Amino acid sequence: MSTPTEGTLVEPTTPAPVTGTEPGGTRRAGFASLGIDTRLLGMVGALVIIWVVFHVATGGRFITAQNLWNLSVQTSVVAIMATGMVLIIVSRNIDLSVGSVMGFVGIGMALLQARILPNDLGLGLENPLTLPITLAVGLLVGALIGAFHGFLVAYIGVPAFIVTLGGLLVWRGLAWALASGQTVAPMDTTFRKLGGGADGAVGETTTWIIAGVACVAIVLLLANSRRQRRRVGFEARPLWADAAIGVAGCAVVIIACWVANSYFLPENLARAYALRNDIPWPEEGTLQIPFGIAYPVIIAIGVAIVMTYIATRRRFGRYVFAIGGNPDAAELGGINTRRTILLSFALMGVLCAIAAAVQIARLNAGPSSLGTLAELSVIAAAVIGGTSFAGGIGTVPGAVLGALVMQSLQSGMVLMRVDAPIQDVAAGSVLVFAVAVDTILRRRST
Amino acid sequence: MDVTQTAAVAPATPVEERRPLVEMRDIRVSFGGVHAVDGVSVDLYPGEVVGLVGGNGAGKSTLIRTLSGARPADSGQILVNGEPVTIHNPRDARAYGIETIYQTLALADNLDAAANLFLGRELRTRTGALDDVAMEAATRGVISRLNPRFKNFKVPVKSLSGGQRQSVAIARAVHFDARILIMDEPTAALGPAETAQVRDLITQLKREGLGIFLISHDIHDVFDLADRISVMLQGKLVGTVDKDAVTKDEVLGMIIMGKLPGALTSQEEEQLH
Ligand SMILES: Nc1ncnc2c1ncn2[C@@H]1O[C@H](COP(=O)(O)OP(=O)(O)O)[C@@H](O)[C@H]1O
Ligand SMILES: [Mg+2]
Repeated sequence: MSTPTEGTLVEPTTPAPVTGTEPGGTRRAGFASLGIDTRLLGMVGALVIIWVVFHVATGGRFITAQNLWNLSVQTSVVAIMATGMVLIIVSRNIDLSVGSVMGFVGIGMALLQARILPNDLGLGLENPLTLPITLAVGLLVGALIGAFHGFLVAYIGVPAFIVTLGGLLVWRGLAWALASGQTVAPMDTTFRKLGGGADGAVGETTTWIIAGVACVAIVLLLANSRRQRRRVGFEARPLWADAAIGVAGCAVVIIACWVANSYFLPENLARAYALRNDIPWPEEGTLQIPFGIAYPVIIAIGVAIVMTYIATRRRFGRYVFAIGGNPDAAELGGINTRRTILLSFALMGVLCAIAAAVQIARLNAGPSSLGTLAELSVIAAAVIGGTSFAGGIGTVPGAVLGALVMQSLQSGMVLMRVDAPIQDVAAGSVLVFAVAVDTILRRRST
Repeated sequence: MDVTQTAAVAPATPVEERRPLVEMRDIRVSFGGVHAVDGVSVDLYPGEVVGLVGGNGAGKSTLIRTLSGARPADSGQILVNGEPVTIHNPRDARAYGIETIYQTLALADNLDAAANLFLGRELRTRTGALDDVAMEAATRGVISRLNPRFKNFKVPVKSLSGGQRQSVAIARAVHFDARILIMDEPTAALGPAETAQVRDLITQLKREGLGIFLISHDIHDVFDLADRISVMLQGKLVGTVDKDAVTKDEVLGMIIMGKLPGALTSQEEEQLH
């Protein structure tokens, strides 16, 4: 609309060239010049400690390919929704309905593929159209439910806490009513891949291809960022810092893929796989056929990348953060704050639908309890990941790490055979402790 | 963004012969039963600085917020270049070339200077993504001319000093093609050096033909810069006077007593000293 005004400003009294010197003239050196979010790094540290402690406490059963692979799959559902919860909380709202919406949409999708499409619409079982139709309907319904919540919050002015508390009850009740409280099963075979499991992983070769693509992408992104800053004459990060980040990023990718490829199909599944692919079964011993990365993990990572892009590189995300930082300023800046809020809830609804699809695929069923109490894990993941209820602060990768922390605690305690009530005590305590530490550190830094 | 390219300087025609940039007629705003602005009319010509003064709570901010679209008037008329306009929101105001430095600064504390400067009109790449590098470059250019010591471009504005925050708000108002500039207490948080910079800026913008509403509760802030001075008291306009025709004391009389210069008794004049 407007173009920058030429020469509206006072002639500089002293020449003020565009330099790349960093904040307050304090030269950033050593570790700081990596420019990495220290909070995120702290969480990675906490995660490593949790893993090591559980590994020792369970007598070496935690840091194994099998457990980590399962952990990655279990984390996916909460992580997918937590990425959206970040934006909701950043804009000073809350969504308590995500578990119920997930339940409602999930049971709806289960009904669609198990009964409506094959029987009522005559597509029959295992029709190739089942997966796309079910997903499309689920995502649309999720978006509409979220948009409706957002409309009530943004345009009618009902507090988000109330709207979504009502939604928690309404959608849970309707989820039950949809299937008369019964569990809907089984799911379409192709659809079940979305949930992981024996057929729900990409296999060894594809996993290494993904690793390669990811490493190339990391390098290209870093190079592009350097080029961008050079273009306008800013100092880029020191080359060694970019190199360190690139090496670390690629290392994480390669290790993760190596772990996924170190978890092998159990013998009965391996035999079935060998039969299907005409691989001769060896006379002695067994075939080691790696799972590779599970589809739900790929979905969760994809969602996290897209959500990070939306949160940091798109106008919509910028507006969400502006509203959270100062709603008046956002309004005075000409931002359509109501539309932004409505969209953030619609996006949350879509993510609930994606999570629901993964979960019913994983369970191979749509039970009436689907998503119960998920809102608590999702909010906890976002908050442990550094999202502040004061608004304006939060990151998507943080929320994903938060989900991983919560899930690590839970599965570690399951491995240690901790009683369920005590698990809740631990999870609740960790949540409050983490936020308390974060609050103290934040206060000190300002 | 090149400083050497100065925009066309408006010819120094007498103010009376030109059409006003802005006319605000009989503006009224009330909050509940409080008449914050009660039938005020002011106008503004190109290349002119109108000082809008009055004590705290006189209604200055509320009046100009109707022009900037922050809170539309309950009644009254606004004309821009002689045309009646309706300004419902800040976007409408910006479309008429009206830029505002709010008394509260209206900054999103969690965002950096560039994000605030371009808030609501972000630069984007061909793919529609935010072009943060370009925005930062433009921001560095515009702010460092305003405040050469400003260095913290990558931190949330929350961690900046009051003066630096004010620089960001001022830079935002002058970076875009403003025809009409509203400055609500723009030097409130500034030190002497920065205040001098802002005064130079106002003088230059005026020479370029912008109309400026300069608002302050303190007559000393605006007296030297203003061409005319409008005084408000308790939501009403006391009057508008040519700066050259009055003394500071006379304006002070308007601010405190609500009386035009001729109407002051000698006793009241005494009290002002
Ligand atoms: N949002 C609001 N709600 C209620 N009253 C307000 C609001 N904004 C301003 N007022 C009242 O309107 C009057 C004028 O305020 P204001 O325009 O801020 O004065 P000034 O800028 O001249 O100091 C004051 O009495 C103030 O309390
Ligand atoms: Mg004011």
